[in-house]
Amino acid sequence: MNLLLLNVLVVVYLLVTLYLGYRGWVTTRDTEGYMVAGRKIHPYIMAMSYGATFISTSAIVGFGGMAGLFGMGLLWLTFLNIFVGIFIAFIIYGKRTRRMGYNLGAMTLPELMGRRFDSQFIQWFSGLVIFLGMPLYASVVLIGAARFMETTLSIDFNLALLIYSLIIAAYVVWGGLKGVMYTDAMQGTVMFLGMIFLLIMTYLHLGGVTAAHQALTDMANLVPQSLAAQGHRGWTSMPALGSAWWWTLVSTVVLGVGIGVLAMPQLAVRFMTVRSGRELNRGVLIGGVFILAMTGVAFDVGALSNVFFHATQGKIAIEVAKGNADSIIPVYINAAMPEWFVYLFMLTLLAAAMSTSSSQFHAQGTAIGRDIYETLTGKKGTGSILVTRAGIIVAVVIAVVLGYILPENIIARGTSIFFGLCAAAFLPMYTCALFWRRATRAGAIAGLVTGTFSSVLWMVFVHKKEAEALGISRFIFGRDVLITQMPWPVVDPIVVALPLAFLVTIVVSILTRPPDTAHLDRCFKGIK
Amino acid sequence: MLGIDDPWIWGVYLLCILSTVLCVSYGIANWNKGEEIEKQEIVEEAAWEAQELEMQEKELGM
Repeated sequence: MNLLLLNVLVVVYLLVTLYLGYRGWVTTRDTEGYMVAGRKIHPYIMAMSYGATFISTSAIVGFGGMAGLFGMGLLWLTFLNIFVGIFIAFIIYGKRTRRMGYNLGAMTLPELMGRRFDSQFIQWFSGLVIFLGMPLYASVVLIGAARFMETTLSIDFNLALLIYSLIIAAYVVWGGLKGVMYTDAMQGTVMFLGMIFLLIMTYLHLGGVTAAHQALTDMANLVPQSLAAQGHRGWTSMPALGSAWWWTLVSTVVLGVGIGVLAMPQLAVRFMTVRSGRELNRGVLIGGVFILAMTGVAFDVGALSNVFFHATQGKIAIEVAKGNADSIIPVYINAAMPEWFVYLFMLTLLAAAMSTSSSQFHAQGTAIGRDIYETLTGKKGTGSILVTRAGIIVAVVIAVVLGYILPENIIARGTSIFFGLCAAAFLPMYTCALFWRRATRAGAIAGLVTGTFSSVLWMVFVHKKEAEALGISRFIFGRDVLITQMPWPVVDPIVVALPLAFLVTIVVSILTRPPDTAHLDRCFKGIK
Repeated sequence: MLGIDDPWIWGVYLLCILSTVLCVSYGIANWNKGEEIEKQEIVEEAAWEAQELEMQEKELGM
C-alpha cells in the first residue's frame, strides 16, 4: 500500500472539506443562514446534500454487507429509497414542507410541526426524540467509516473514530447548514464517482451482468444451514414467505428504512433550504440517479461479492468476513479492486460518513438549541446558536462514546431502529400537518406520543433483537420478550407503531375542535 | 431474466431502474416549473430578515 499517496489524497480531501465548511461560515450571517442555509441553496447542492445525507456508510457498508449475507432482496429497499425517498419525498412532501416552512418561518422539522399545530410541547418533545434517538444512528455511521479505515489503513479503530469526529465537529459547529450542505455536495460527488466505478469493475470482473447474476443464482446450494433455517433461499431469491429473515427484510429493512425516510428531520429540513418548487423539480432528477448509484450499487455488489469470494477463495462472503457482515464490503474492496480504487473508495466512505454525520450533528444541535432551549426558555437569536453549537459538541461526544461500546453487526440495525422510530413518531403528524387541514393539536400530540412510546415499548418488550440486547424485559419479567409466538418477535416496531399512531392522530383529531381557520390559512398559504 | 430466476428479484432490479427513469423524466419535464411565487416570497423574506437582524441586535445590545 502506498501510504504516502493515500495520505496526500486524504489531506487534499480534508482541506477541500474544511474550505467548504469555511465558505459556509463566511456566508452565514444570521440564524436563518445557520439553520436553513438562508433558503437560497442551488438545486444541485440541495439534491446532492439530501442524497449524501440520506446515504451513509451505513447504507454502503452496513446494508451492503447485509446484501452480502442475505442477497439481492435488499434491492426492494433501493426501490423504496428512489420512489419514496426521492420521488414522493421531493414532489409530494417536499414542496408542501418548503412552502409551509416558509409561511411559518420554521427552521427545523419540530419547529414546523410546533407552529403548524400551535404547540410548544410538539416542538420540544420532537426535539427531545431527535436528540435522544439520533446518537445511535450517528454512532453507527461513525463505526462504518472507522471499520473501513481499520481494514484499509490498519490503524486503530478507536483512533479513526476520534479523528473523524473532530473534523466533522469543526466544520458543523462553525459552518452551520451551509457549511454542511456545501461539503455534502462535494462529498456526494465523490461518492457517486466511487460507486459507479465499483459497479462497472464488479460486473467486468464477473463476466457481465447476466453472467454475474447467473453465477450467484447457481450458488444457492452453498447457503449455510443456519441461514437456510431463517428462510434464506439463495442470494438471488426472496426469503421464504413468513420466515424470520423475510420479516426482518420486509418489516425492518424495507419498510423501516424505506418509509422512515419521509420523516427524517435532517432530510426534511433540506426542503426548507431552497428558493422555490423549481429547485425541488430539478432535485428529483439528480437525487434519483444518485440514490440508484448508491444503494443500488451497494446492494448489488454486496450480494455479488459472494461470487468473487467463491471463485477466488472457495468461500462465501460472510465466511471471508469472519462472521461480521459489516466487514464484507471493506474486505471485498480490498481483495477485488485495484489499489488506487481502494484509496478512492476510502474517500467515498469518508465522504459518506462525513456528509451523514455532519447533518445528524446539525439536526441534533438545532433540536437542542432551537427546539428545546428556545421553546422552553423563550430566548431567541444568538443565544440559541451558542446552545446549538454546544449541543452539536455534546452530540459528537455521545456518538463517539457509543461508537466505542456498541457491538459488531450493529450498523444496519442501528440505522433501522432510528428510521423506524422517526417514522412512528413523526410521520403521522407530519403527513396530517401537510395534507389534512382538519388535523388538530390534540390529534398531533396524541399521535406523536403514541408513535414514540409504542415504538420504544415494542423494542424493549417484543422485538427480540433489541429486547435481548437491552435486557429490560428480562430484568422486569424474567424473560427476553413478552410475546414468543411467531412472527411477533421478528416483526419490526414500525409495523405496529406507525398504523397505531396514524389511527390515534386521525381519531383524536376528529373528536376534538377543528383548528382556527385564520391560522390554517396562514399555514396553507400558496399550497394548492 | 438477467440470470435471476426469482421474479421478485429481477422485478425489483428493473423497478429500481424504472423508478430512476421516472425521476429523470419528471425532472426534465418540470425543469423550469414551480417558480411562480418566488418574487412575492423575496419581498416577504427581506422583511423577515430585517426583523430577525433587529432582534439579534437587541439581544446582543448593539
